[in-house]
Amino acid sequence: MIAHAIFFYTFSIIAVVSAIMVTASKNTVHSVFFLILDFISISCLFIMIGAEFLGMIMLIVYVGAVAVLFLFVVMMLNVAQQKNQWFAGQATSKHIPVGLIISTLIFFEIVIVIGGWKYKPEIFDINNSLANTSVSNTHSLGQILYTDYIHVFQISGMILLVAMIGAIVLTFRQRSGVKKQSYIKQISRERAEGVEVLEVQSNKGVKIDD
Amino acid sequence: MIEIGLGHYLTLGAVIFSIGVIGIFLNRKNIIVILMSIELILLAVNINLVAFSIYLGDLAGQVFTLFILTVAAAEAAIGLAIIVVYFRNSGTIRVEEIDKLKG
Repeated sequence: MIAHAIFFYTFSIIAVVSAIMVTASKNTVHSVFFLILDFISISCLFIMIGAEFLGMIMLIVYVGAVAVLFLFVVMMLNVAQQKNQWFAGQATSKHIPVGLIISTLIFFEIVIVIGGWKYKPEIFDINNSLANTSVSNTHSLGQILYTDYIHVFQISGMILLVAMIGAIVLTFRQRSGVKKQSYIKQISRERAEGVEVLEVQSNKGVKIDD
Repeated sequence: MIEIGLGHYLTLGAVIFSIGVIGIFLNRKNIIVILMSIELILLAVNINLVAFSIYLGDLAGQVFTLFILTVAAAEAAIGLAIIVVYFRNSGTIRVEEIDKLKG
């Protein structure tokens, strides 16, 4: 139990500090790296608590795909130079106190809700939950994911497809004036439009492009 | 303090959620950091769902965490594509200079 506590506090402190650094860091690239650190520590928490499959998926999806996507966009848009401009010229902005007040209000509301929660008596005993079953977490997740939740699963696949198509359509750009090879044009070319036989008169030659 | 229960995980989720909201409000740099704050908020929701799922012994929470993960990935892809298009058209993604809608 003591190991559980030590790991929980270590990973959660890392997660909270890196979440603060995501919003507070001046360089956007550093924010992305702290976001990656945050995801890694939270997925360690998931693996520790017994949701191994979700922890691994979190590593693959967030650290492997989403964070790298963020990094690509940050480097592509050249916003990394915008450091040292944090609150520049807008030090007396009204957003800051309002944002702080609203965020602390939300936090205390959630804490009040958690503090006033009446737990089920068996909820604190982690040993009678999923931890000691003979089936692994991935196995049992797959058993209900592909039976009870099959329609939602298919719909989430459709969401990913639509997102992919949308991202491609949004960023696709038809450039004019770029010379490209067109197979259709090359294959469908006829002799009549490529070659012309002229009768060349003596001492006059042939005029091209008239 | 030593006995880690459901409340600890819910508090961690609340803290990360609030940090995400603070990040959205306080941001004066660029929109990418706002997108990252939204990812933080979704992460906090995932922590809550997984903690409840483990402590209640019900796997539905983890299934829904998977779906939230899917939606978050789709949202990040679309949002970043919109940002790229906006940057291409107007040359900036600083928050205070994006005022085309006069909001």
